[in-house]
Amino acid sequence: MKIHQLSLFLENKPGQLTAPCRELADAGIDIRTLSLADTQQFGILRLIVSDWKRGYELLRDKGYVVKDTEVVAIEVPDRPGGLLEVLKVFEKSAVNIEYMYAFTFGRGDKAVLIFRFDDPDAAIALLNSAGINVVGSVEVYNR
Amino acid sequence: MTKTAGHGFGGFNPVSAPDYLPVPLLRDLQLARLQQIVRRAYENVNHFREQMNARGLNPDSIKSLQDIGKLPFTVKNDLRDTYPFGLFASPMGDIVRLHASSGTTGKPIVVAYTKDDVEVWTSAMMRAFAACGVGSGDIIQNAYGYGLFTGGLGAHYGGEALGATVIPISGGNTDRQIMVMKDFGVTAIACTPSYFLHLLERASELGVDFHDLRVRVGIFGAEPWSETMRRRIEEMSGIKAYDIYGLSEIVGPGVGIECSCQCGLHIFEDHFYPEIIDPVTNTPCAEGEEGELVLTTLSKQAMPMIRYRTRDITSFVEGQCACGRTLRRIKRIGRRADDMFIIRGVNVFPSQIESALLAVEGTLPHYQIVLTREKGLDQMEVQVEVTAEVFSDRIGALEALHTKLESELEHTLGIRADVRLVEPHAIQRSEGKAKRVIDKRNLG
Repeated sequence: MKIHQLSLFLENKPGQLTAPCRELADAGIDIRTLSLADTQQFGILRLIVSDWKRGYELLRDKGYVVKDTEVVAIEVPDRPGGLLEVLKVFEKSAVNIEYMYAFTFGRGDKAVLIFRFDDPDAAIALLNSAGINVVGSVEVYNR
Repeated sequence: MTKTAGHGFGGFNPVSAPDYLPVPLLRDLQLARLQQIVRRAYENVNHFREQMNARGLNPDSIKSLQDIGKLPFTVKNDLRDTYPFGLFASPMGDIVRLHASSGTTGKPIVVAYTKDDVEVWTSAMMRAFAACGVGSGDIIQNAYGYGLFTGGLGAHYGGEALGATVIPISGGNTDRQIMVMKDFGVTAIACTPSYFLHLLERASELGVDFHDLRVRVGIFGAEPWSETMRRRIEEMSGIKAYDIYGLSEIVGPGVGIECSCQCGLHIFEDHFYPEIIDPVTNTPCAEGEEGELVLTTLSKQAMPMIRYRTRDITSFVEGQCACGRTLRRIKRIGRRADDMFIIRGVNVFPSQIESALLAVEGTLPHYQIVLTREKGLDQMEVQVEVTAEVFSDRIGALEALHTKLESELEHTLGIRADVRLVEPHAIQRSEGKAKRVIDKRNLG
């Protein structure tokens, strides 16, 4: 099950993060988790929000360059070697992990990680056959 | 939705008749008018008479069109030095209109028109619109600025005289422009190319697709723009984009225009006589060779301009145009001698930077060049706005874009430029001419 992630282009200077977060807050859209990747010049803000469609339109209409990307949320056992089990699934496959980051909530003894694959469908098929739980979008958006 | 033409379009427009004058007749007409205008300027303008006398010339010295080469040039400073009315050849009683160009440094320059001059201008603008297939039945949204700038009124008079419907919306208020365009069923728009890009961008933010509108023709001018930019505009909006040329010193917009062939701008040379010269040696360029455009007004009474140095770099297009017009064509003006800047000893034109950026797929030409001096060394930074088309959620992809832009620039210019990717709207939008270069090198 793929989920929608919004990515925003931001210049790397003070205060740039505030404005888009305020837009989302004012519209009552909750940020489920986020990750910020940056270089010296610019950054990319990646967001999982409660209502991605509305969030996407809102930010686009406010003049942001915003992109919708399909990512995969995976449940990982919260113990040594937990992540390794997931990574091993892809070790011998052609699927590439572009980047990943952690979700802000865990479920009991499990952590949830967001993975951006170059081929998400192939990744999900591999995970399913390895018996690894892919978290559904309803759970992610409406936690 | 199919973009259909207005009622007056589809056949030959009678206002275009002078565009097809047989060449020998055209040359005879030009010579007769040149002799008249030189006499008029000599008899009525001190500055011009002194220049002629200093060269041992008088009005009878002009016996052929080639003799124009003997005449002194007029430069922009001549207009500043004689500010405000020093170059007028008519008494104020005969002058019905004054315009002024924004002087970026010091005083503006003032230009004058008699009633007949306004008619010449109007007829040139009518012929310009007609050449791009605009006619009666068309609705023209005139987003050139009205006021001292010649763009607004020039296009307005031409459009009305043609029998088209003119909306004098002037520049600015972008959301209203889009509303009017949509609600009034506008079929043609006149503005600067950079403002049109801004309109496109804003329309897309408002969810308006230009392909769904009735607009089919854009008449863009008042600033240099590239062929690549034209293609981009046409793809993005589904309109035909035509380049119009003009300058206040000569008349305003309507000195030249592209026809449906879009292969060079026809100069309305029965009124505006073109020469292209080597700006260093001041000798005529061979056909096809690039140089500075020099224009002489052949029929303007209030303010004759003799061999005015436009500072615009172009060349004559060889051969006859497929449209059948006998008027000579010049290549679209990609650069102005005045826009050139020198960085680390290399001459750079903003248009070169524009084509380099456009060569990288998907990049919208919202850019600005910032020149600074650090420890005595000139630095050039090109700021490019990131668009939805090129944005990626992966850092690697953006860095690749950044590298590609920098190498394309270095390849084109022969020197290194730093590229900075900036957020959309980070670069200030202009409602008139775009400001491409910010030179901070001389500010202490």
